[in-house]
Amino acid sequence: MATADITTDAHHHHEQTFWSKYVFSTDHKMIAMQYMFTGMFMAAIGGFMAYVFRMQLAFPGMEVPLFGLVGPNDYNALITNHGTIMIFWVAMPVLIAAFGNFLIPLMIGCDDMVFPKINRLSYQIFLLSAVILLISLAVPGGGFAGAWTAYPPLSAQAQYSGTALGSTLWLVAVALEFVAFLLGGINFVTTAMNSRAPGMKMYDIPMVIWMIVIASVLFMASVGPLIAGAIMLFMDQVVGTGFYDPARGGDPVLWQHLFWFFGHPEVYVVLLPALGITADIMCVFARKKLFAYRTALWTVFGTGILSFTVWAHHQFVAGIDPRMAHIFTVTTLLISIPIAELCFIYIATLYGGSITLSTPMLWALAFVAEFLIGGVTGIFLGASGADIYFHDTYFVLAHFHYTFFPIAIIGTFAGITMWFPKMFGRYMSEFWGKVHFWGTVIPFNIIFIPLFFLGTIGQHRRIYDYTNFPELSLPWMQDLRQLATVALIVMLLFQFIFLINMFYSMFRGKKAPKNPWRANTLEWTTESPPPHGNWPEGLPEVYRGPYEYSTPGRDEDYWPQNVPS
Amino acid sequence: MRPIANTRSAAGIPTGRLAVWWVVASEIVIFGGLLASYVMHRLAHPAWAEQAMHTNVWAGGFNTLVLLTSSLSAVLAHKAAEEGDGPKAARLLGYTMLGGAMFVVVKAFEWTAEIQAGYTITSSTFWSFYYSAAGLHGLHVIGGVVIMGFVAAAARRNEELHRVELIGIYWHFVDIVWIFLFPLLYIAK
Amino acid sequence: MSEHAHEHPNYIKIWAVLVVLLGISVLGPLFGHPVVTLVTAFGIALVKAYLVAKNFMHVNVQKRFVAYMLLTCLVFMALFFFAAAPDVMKSEGNNWYKPEAQWQAGAGTSEGHGDH
Repeated sequence: MATADITTDAHHHHEQTFWSKYVFSTDHKMIAMQYMFTGMFMAAIGGFMAYVFRMQLAFPGMEVPLFGLVGPNDYNALITNHGTIMIFWVAMPVLIAAFGNFLIPLMIGCDDMVFPKINRLSYQIFLLSAVILLISLAVPGGGFAGAWTAYPPLSAQAQYSGTALGSTLWLVAVALEFVAFLLGGINFVTTAMNSRAPGMKMYDIPMVIWMIVIASVLFMASVGPLIAGAIMLFMDQVVGTGFYDPARGGDPVLWQHLFWFFGHPEVYVVLLPALGITADIMCVFARKKLFAYRTALWTVFGTGILSFTVWAHHQFVAGIDPRMAHIFTVTTLLISIPIAELCFIYIATLYGGSITLSTPMLWALAFVAEFLIGGVTGIFLGASGADIYFHDTYFVLAHFHYTFFPIAIIGTFAGITMWFPKMFGRYMSEFWGKVHFWGTVIPFNIIFIPLFFLGTIGQHRRIYDYTNFPELSLPWMQDLRQLATVALIVMLLFQFIFLINMFYSMFRGKKAPKNPWRANTLEWTTESPPPHGNWPEGLPEVYRGPYEYSTPGRDEDYWPQNVPS
Repeated sequence: MRPIANTRSAAGIPTGRLAVWWVVASEIVIFGGLLASYVMHRLAHPAWAEQAMHTNVWAGGFNTLVLLTSSLSAVLAHKAAEEGDGPKAARLLGYTMLGGAMFVVVKAFEWTAEIQAGYTITSSTFWSFYYSAAGLHGLHVIGGVVIMGFVAAAARRNEELHRVELIGIYWHFVDIVWIFLFPLLYIAK
Repeated sequence: MSEHAHEHPNYIKIWAVLVVLLGISVLGPLFGHPVVTLVTAFGIALVKAYLVAKNFMHVNVQKRFVAYMLLTCLVFMALFFFAAAPDVMKSEGNNWYKPEAQWQAGAGTSEGHGDH
């Protein structure tokens, strides 16, 4: 696949052979790059899919440039795989795998992951899963078209879906992806638990590491039932069992439970790393200590536990037991409390700081602001009464894009712009970084705010052509659809600025010193980029917490973790 | 070759063992999800009791005995490895592997008889659960035997003796899963 | 390396107890009483699992958090069971029913499916 090429030709030295350095490396930094560039490649595909189906919605029946005519089945396959790719092949690999791999050993002060070969295996399985997913789009019958949640019977029986091979390959790809992240997650958690630098105690660990580790734990504890469910779905598809067929004693709602028991903690699996990245960035660029580190940490633990108790709010209209709907409404509304608390903690961190509006800081601020909209609109959907009206409308769609876009896109750009000097030893252009920032965030809002309005008016999701529904194809509604589509195209075009900025800076950017942001955490105490083994002259020791900025009585406004007092 | 990270132990548990505990935790939720799904279906379908009559309690019981015994030799291997006696640990692990192999052979005969009697995986959802749950467990047994082969080969040369305990923990977990599968699939009628 | 400090229990004795328990769980159904079967089958399975986890896996001599994390996973599974079971155990809906489930459960009377 082309993914392998993208990951490998990024930068080139000649100490080792090409294959051992770029393809079969066990170095955590190289594996992080492999995950990051594979994730970016998949993001390009997912973004292109969004462009194609948004064009169909805005201009029904038009021949879409670079794609052609969009048939109804193409449309369903596109929206299904857009969702699958963006969550499993973009948010997960970039936020957790790439940043986890790059940051965990560097920020806790050790030379590599504890199991480098398992780490490499994890990436290889992930790459295989991506390849299988891409193949599934091209098989006879087309790619899987039963939505990313894969509810049976649509996903289980080929006579309904019409994509016998496509659905099975999709399922296999997702299952392999889970295996890859289980292997990776065990590595992350074990490394962070056991391999910290001498002196680094529980409350000395940078927030981003905590968040990635908690996210990995949530993933491991929630994905099991879905793996079991995927085995049953696979049997239904391939062997012909009836696990999800009520006529044969099975139950389709079981899949929804199994899926969302994983699916809702999964929201927090991707949210937490993004929250961690923004926490670290805010402290550095506000030159302030993180407000209430311990409270924040225990809040996140609480969020993690609570996230296992909310899943059935996705199923309020699925015919679930109404008494259960009450319980899940309460738990869902409860979980907004710790998240709101974290937002206040971030605001308190910023308050009174000397804020530099650099590119990473802009992304971090935008993350909190945009995620807030996603969170607040979620409260309507968590209440079963309102959800019965809103369910499966564009209100839901806009809501979760206001959560996932800040997480997967804004959070990722925040992380990349923050750690780019460490990854490649050079600065990115601040000017073009800011152009890209505004060119992404403004169109993002123009895409999704109209969709909230369309949703409240009752526009249903997963409809191929609204002209078949006269009450949903009034001129002003079509105008809003076109507005959203045009904004999407603008946003996608602005991403080229980022790509050019990144690849140009990788080779020609201004050289960055060890610690360009004057930050405290350990990764800034080694060379940029860090050599193999991370600290060739000896691993660091830790003497204090990660956020000692502007400490009274010190000449410098930062106090690195490894400096003896 | 081995990173320094691997030699640290800030949590107070050796790295390999910590990782195996996480493997066990993630396996608990895999089997937990499958068995919870089975139990709720089983409670909803009293008619399944009649189909469960056709499972072979004696084969299942014998297999339980085999797995319990193989767990015993695995834990004795761990003890031998702790005492530094690699060859003895390897021999005991060999018995465990033999037990695993015997388990799979018994299973093969059992399934053959059932399939010949007409109870296939698509006969009813009870049989679908029966073959899927036991099959997933069987794959864990086979995987365990294969990994154990590598561990035993190294232990014979007195290398990587700590791995004897690690594979043992995994094996005992597979044993425990069977301890629950046996009454769920065979005894409850 | 706390585990080297602990005594190895008599493994053969524990194995013998496990085998006796296995015998009881196989023989339990012969009484023909459902409650006895339930206790001998699942009660004994719990005891056996406890014995294996404690003595063979040595959960008891690990750092405390190991037991907590395994228990947490079990609690999550119980949570999953109790939240999903009311839906999955329903034997009929608006447009569907489960023939097998109704065969004995009173041929699908219209009340009491979700209640138990």
